[in-house]
Amino acid sequence: MNWSIVQQGIPTYEKAFMITLKLSFWGILGAIIVGLIVSFVRYFKVPVLQRILGAYVELSRNTPLLIQLFFIYYAFPELGFKISAEASGVSGLIFLGGSYMAAAFAGGLEGVPKIQVESGRAIGLTDWQLAQYVVLPQGLSLSIPAIAANVIFLIKETSIFTVVAIPELTNTALDQIGMLYDTNEALFSLVVGYAIILIPLSILLTWLERRARRGSFGN
Amino acid sequence: MAHSGINILFEGRNMVRLLGGLWISAKIAIVAIVVGLILGLILGALRTLHNPILRVILRLYLEFFRVIPTVVLLFLFYYILPQNFNINMGAESMAMLVFALWFAAEMSDIVRGGIISVSPHQVDAGKAIGLNRLQLYYYVLIPQSIQLMIPATINLVSRIIKTTSLLLLISVMDVINIGQQIIEANGQRYENGAFWVYGFIFILYFILCYPLSLWARHLERKEVVTANG
Repeated sequence: MNWSIVQQGIPTYEKAFMITLKLSFWGILGAIIVGLIVSFVRYFKVPVLQRILGAYVELSRNTPLLIQLFFIYYAFPELGFKISAEASGVSGLIFLGGSYMAAAFAGGLEGVPKIQVESGRAIGLTDWQLAQYVVLPQGLSLSIPAIAANVIFLIKETSIFTVVAIPELTNTALDQIGMLYDTNEALFSLVVGYAIILIPLSILLTWLERRARRGSFGN
Repeated sequence: MAHSGINILFEGRNMVRLLGGLWISAKIAIVAIVVGLILGLILGALRTLHNPILRVILRLYLEFFRVIPTVVLLFLFYYILPQNFNINMGAESMAMLVFALWFAAEMSDIVRGGIISVSPHQVDAGKAIGLNRLQLYYYVLIPQSIQLMIPATINLVSRIIKTTSLLLLISVMDVINIGQQIIEANGQRYENGAFWVYGFIFILYFILCYPLSLWARHLERKEVVTANG
């Protein structure tokens, strides 16, 4: 291991680190929005839409991100939708993450005790009020640990973006290995890059899980 | 239809080659699952012992494999083993090794979770009739917790099947790699090659993983019912 090579590489990895963060951010944000929509549609059993989104969830959960990404990046242009590598990376992450986030939200919504819903009905809340004041606040806070776990999962999945040549962390390291043969130094910077993002998140997740076990609305 | 894109799948030996690639992925997954199951069961049982050093080591092992993305794990082993430890093995055996260690790490957490959920009365009762520690695990703890572990294990199997898509990155001739070759080789005549080939592989993975996730969900539901009864 040659530390001066590692040091020289820092600006390059910093750039790659920011790309990983940026794409993760948009992908996760999109996944949360898709997840919320899917879980609401399924929770309130909206006809037809419920079926379609159910099929989406199964397709998304039972196929690997890499092939989803290849399909978006290589097959969509053949059908007439040209899409940049970064946009297809983010779309792939949203397609994959949406169903995982939906499961996280659904778990939280189902975790709201029946008696809460019944009490809400008893004091005359409408469906919308019930969602706004009773189901959502309780359900969302119950789903936080699962969402945090998904965030970690999705950030790790961005390492697959290297296959469409997005210069994120993994791609940058592979580039360095391929061009300069600085294998150890490149792999070291790569692991450190992911560790900086993932270790704090993983500690946060453990803490959230511990807290969630305590705070369960007087049950 | 004089020239339908789907024919790219049936041209020459294309279908045979694709399914051959799938078999390589499957072979790697099967070896990793079998080795990982056995190792994970042992490590998971060890993690329930009250030995602080062992616990810390196994916890670090789990966190290492859990925190680092699988793509990065593959490259770490792929480059570091031959260069720094002079261990040379083919990409396929290397993938088996990485996936088996990864599976064992995740499995150990499932096993540990299952074992600690067995009621302590069972352990006390086992001790009272004079079982030693090994017997306690073999006759009491593992049989009672295995039902709890099955759904999570099926999900893990489905995860490892999906992870085999990464084999392409270390140049294993898996189904996706062969798909790429077919698209490139037939690109002149089939403009929609990527659509049909990647679409086909997409469906292949779905056919493999969907029954597993249905099965896991079915078992989970059954568990809830028995737990309530």
